[in-house]
Amino acid sequence: MTLQLNWSRAATLLQRLGSVIGLVLLFIVLSIMSPDFLTTGNLLTVLRQVSINALIAFGMTFVILSGGIDLSVGAILALTGAVTAGLMAAGHGIVLAAGAGLALGLLLGVINGALVSWGRVAPFIATLGTLTLLRGVTLSYTQGSPIPVTNQSFALLGGGYVANLVPLPVIWMFIAFVACGFLLRGTVFGRHVVAIGGNEEAARLSGVRIAPMKLAIYGLSGLLSAFAGIVLTSRLYSAQATAGAGYELDAIAAVVLGGTSLAGGRGWLFGTLVGALLIGFLNNGLNLLGVSSFYQQIVKGIVILIAVLLDRRQ
Amino acid sequence: MSTPLVTMRDIHKAFGPVKVLEGVDFELLPGEVHALMGENGAGKSTLMKILTGIYAPDSGTVEVDGRPATIATPADAEKNGIAIIHQELNLIPALTIADNLFLGREIQRFGLLDHRAMTKRALEWLARVGMERLDPGTKIERLSVGQQQMVEIARALGQNARVLIMDEPTAALTEHETNVLFRLIRDLRDQGTGIVYVSHRMEEIFALCDRISILRDGKFVGTRPVPGLAFDEVVKMMVGRTLDARFPTRTPNIGAVRLKVEHVTGGIVQDVSFELHAGEVLGVAGLLGAGRTEMARLLFGLDKLQSGQVTLDGKAITPKSPNEAIHAGFGFVTEDRKAQGLVLDMSLRENVSLPRVPAHAGLVDRPAEKTQTRGLMDALKIRARDSEIDVRALSGGNQQKVVLAKWLALKPRVLILDEPTRGVDVGGKAEIYHIINQLAEQGVAILMISSELPEVLAMSDRILVMHEGRATGLLDAHGATQEAVMTAATGGK
Repeated sequence: MTLQLNWSRAATLLQRLGSVIGLVLLFIVLSIMSPDFLTTGNLLTVLRQVSINALIAFGMTFVILSGGIDLSVGAILALTGAVTAGLMAAGHGIVLAAGAGLALGLLLGVINGALVSWGRVAPFIATLGTLTLLRGVTLSYTQGSPIPVTNQSFALLGGGYVANLVPLPVIWMFIAFVACGFLLRGTVFGRHVVAIGGNEEAARLSGVRIAPMKLAIYGLSGLLSAFAGIVLTSRLYSAQATAGAGYELDAIAAVVLGGTSLAGGRGWLFGTLVGALLIGFLNNGLNLLGVSSFYQQIVKGIVILIAVLLDRRQ
Repeated sequence: MSTPLVTMRDIHKAFGPVKVLEGVDFELLPGEVHALMGENGAGKSTLMKILTGIYAPDSGTVEVDGRPATIATPADAEKNGIAIIHQELNLIPALTIADNLFLGREIQRFGLLDHRAMTKRALEWLARVGMERLDPGTKIERLSVGQQQMVEIARALGQNARVLIMDEPTAALTEHETNVLFRLIRDLRDQGTGIVYVSHRMEEIFALCDRISILRDGKFVGTRPVPGLAFDEVVKMMVGRTLDARFPTRTPNIGAVRLKVEHVTGGIVQDVSFELHAGEVLGVAGLLGAGRTEMARLLFGLDKLQSGQVTLDGKAITPKSPNEAIHAGFGFVTEDRKAQGLVLDMSLRENVSLPRVPAHAGLVDRPAEKTQTRGLMDALKIRARDSEIDVRALSGGNQQKVVLAKWLALKPRVLILDEPTRGVDVGGKAEIYHIINQLAEQGVAILMISSELPEVLAMSDRILVMHEGRATGLLDAHGATQEAVMTAATGGK
């Protein structure tokens, strides 16, 4: 009995640490293979590239932990980025424009949550629907052409540096990580997210109000996607209708690589950060080694499959 | 006397340490309807699963037509002409009658489905169950439950079944459909088919069956011919045992009326009324499907109350969700702790505090949570290394205590227990009884649903008996007999 317990705990730990070990190994291998890898400049560049995906993936972690999925994150990112840029182009200030973008992201997420809870639509289908819908809305809104950003202070949000060294998006990523980590582990909300993913019926019978919880969970995912959209728009000096295409898959990959179960109820936020870094460093290393982007996709796919296969063993 | 279709001798079966069948004999003759009876958990369905190749017996022999037979898989059962009609029907709703009848054994012509041949054959098969008016091209989902059952029987007969096992076949049927089914069963019997009829419904069995075999606690009690058999004798054979000292005693401390339920109706529950006092244990007895759990779900806000009045401490309440019910003062220990009671991947501590996490302004107070969990672990004698262990790893008895602990943390005014000792070993049961007694002594009003008659009789102050959604008896537990409870539970007199 005790033997079985220790084994199951050890297996969980090993599985959780698997992504960390993978990241460390990748780090060592790349350091040896490429002289350009282990430089402050390169590492910070990777962190900056990872930050957008990580922001989205943090929200996705809550959704997946609760037993759901959110495919609309990339579309929310594009629309909120475009609305923010559009408002500034119309002469509004940063605070109003960015505030409107964030509020819109939150609202769109809450709509996803309403479809899933009150509408009883499967999360995959509901967010696939809003993904398609929002892409169309963004294309209509932008008429297909990029909306340029001219406000120099806004451009700092994604393009600025702290101490002339650390890119601001990296700072946002770590602030979001700490805040989300606390939300997940330190609050009743976080506890209920995991309980819903672990056993929704038991949670409901224990008095957890499922529908408001789902509105909040998907709302959080929408809010973080909008934040990522604003940072990305700022960094690129423009909002593109097609921005964030396929980002949902990178975010899901980061969550799953980090050891969070797609079935819900089991996982951790630190793993998601590691998963996002793993994907980022893998891309970076393959670039540095001169591997063609065709092969990069193959490698990424294999890594994700291996991670999911390891998850299946549980 | 003709050769039996099926003879099972000295069948033993255990799941781990739990002995489910201990030396059971069963014989089915051609042209008889043979009832198999026993309380829930007596071993009826295990015996039938052995006969249909789903489980292998640990020891014992099975003969078909007087010759030893090995039935290791459902396919073997089919080859031996044995078919089972399940309580939950095994048809595919989106396919047609003909598709379902020939599923897995489709008639083909040049590698293509031969629809014409299958339709023709389907009509012949339907005619054998008196359903020739049905179009074989009709989708299953458009049929009534009774018609679906007929299609299942037609499929079994089409596969040359000579032994038909029916598990509570009338549970979902209307009176008319039941009559149609009985006529068919009698016809099949007269043609030499052997029918095993598994049911709790005494009236049906006396009307339909030729012989009755009774199991109790996995043991074979006996087989009796129905003619000349008394209702009471069957009940006595089923419940048999006498009470022993497995149940701790309690000093009654019954107070004022706490919960008043008047004419509650919803789902299958029809017009149920009762009063529950502070410090009282009201047992709720009845057979599977009598509506006991459904009544509890209505009170707890899980299902919609269609009409009726619920009053808690003089205040009318209508909980619309578990959340509201909990705030009103209810706790509900569900019958299926794994599916409904616990989050298996969470720790013991997290499960205990799920209904109300100790927190300030939404921030979890971890030290308070640990103290609360430890207190409850001590009070309920939960045996676990520490409060951080996954509940998945605990034994059934300890898991059940965790579910109880969840609710005790809230100090409920009314605690509903649905099968509180199911799947718990004897020692664990005694401890849970002790906890129930303590709660009652502290003044908690307890509604205890249980299918174990000795438990209901020994633990309750009064017993509410339900049958087909209605309250059919309210007995004083002192002086009540198992026979009296069973009589009310089977709708007799």
